[in-house]
Amino acid sequence: MNQKTILFITLGALLIMFGGAAYWYNTQQVAEKTALANDNSSSLEKFHAPRLGSPSAKVTIVEFMDPACEACSAFHEAVKSTMKQYQGKVKLVIRYAPFHPGSDKAVEILEAARKLGKFNDVLDLMYGTQHGWASHHNPQPELIWQYLAYYKFDVAALKKNIDSTATAKLIAIDLADAKTLGANKTPTFFVNGKPLPSFGYKQFQKLVADEVAAAYHP
Amino acid sequence: MTAQKIDTVWLLLFIAWLIAIASTLTSLFFSEIMHLEPCVLCWYQRICIFPLSMILLVGLFPLDKSVFKYALPLAMLGLGFTIYHIALFYGFIPEGLKPCTQGIPCDDDSMILFGFLPIPLLSLAAFSAIIGLLLAAKSRLNT
Repeated sequence: MNQKTILFITLGALLIMFGGAAYWYNTQQVAEKTALANDNSSSLEKFHAPRLGSPSAKVTIVEFMDPACEACSAFHEAVKSTMKQYQGKVKLVIRYAPFHPGSDKAVEILEAARKLGKFNDVLDLMYGTQHGWASHHNPQPELIWQYLAYYKFDVAALKKNIDSTATAKLIAIDLADAKTLGANKTPTFFVNGKPLPSFGYKQFQKLVADEVAAAYHP
Repeated sequence: MTAQKIDTVWLLLFIAWLIAIASTLTSLFFSEIMHLEPCVLCWYQRICIFPLSMILLVGLFPLDKSVFKYALPLAMLGLGFTIYHIALFYGFIPEGLKPCTQGIPCDDDSMILFGFLPIPLLSLAAFSAIIGLLLAAKSRLNT
């Protein structure tokens, strides 16, 4: 056999093996994560977690998020538009996974806003101004107050509702659940207990669409 | 030199290249597919094995007799890092000498595949085999 033929056959075989192994490994990982979420369904949702959307919705998106995480911010619009698209059919459960040092302070502000019924607005503001207070993975949550004041939020009321001890407890529970479910990156999504097959908007939209179809048009 | 001898040399080099490219792909599989972060010593070994898969390939078409001159130093250096890594992994080197206690540890259990095969041992096998094949091919050329 010609030497070049040998080379191309070998190279082709190696690449096919690589692709096949990668596919097999990914399938295996998704199956494992799904099984993990099924076995630990109590870790997905907790009574204390903030919820958005209709409570009677049959499709539940659980998002482990960090207010200082750039990918979470980038994903936020997609999540909102998906919620709008399937209004009444999809609800969002937010779990805190503040992996960035210091972003637990941002979670404290979110929790205070939640008591005042402003959770959504403050979350939007945090993601929208993230480049200002959390650039280069270096969150400075104290800067959030300036943005809140600038956008005419009731800073005094928010400050009054900050409860560091209670928030720390919530975060500890959420982080423990994230660990149980193998959610070590943010954002991590589970749609009716199913993880994304791979990370991306399209995969997210497809998974939600599939779950809505399965729940409402069986 | 006989054509048959050239063929043997080519084949030995080809197998060396095969090991280099397989190691490269395996290491990429660990980092990109399995998302195992390479530790510092793993990076030094990768720096040696990645170019070997290119240098040996270029040396094969057409067979270049000076390929050893370029490939052997890289393979030797890689072997050196591997031996150091294994000494660290099995604890032959005392705590204080570790170059990578911060960040990703070089002696972590996540380096053990299927529960029994440490990645540094794979690296040792690859570098030793490549050096052995290169030396065998070189001595055949010189006789």
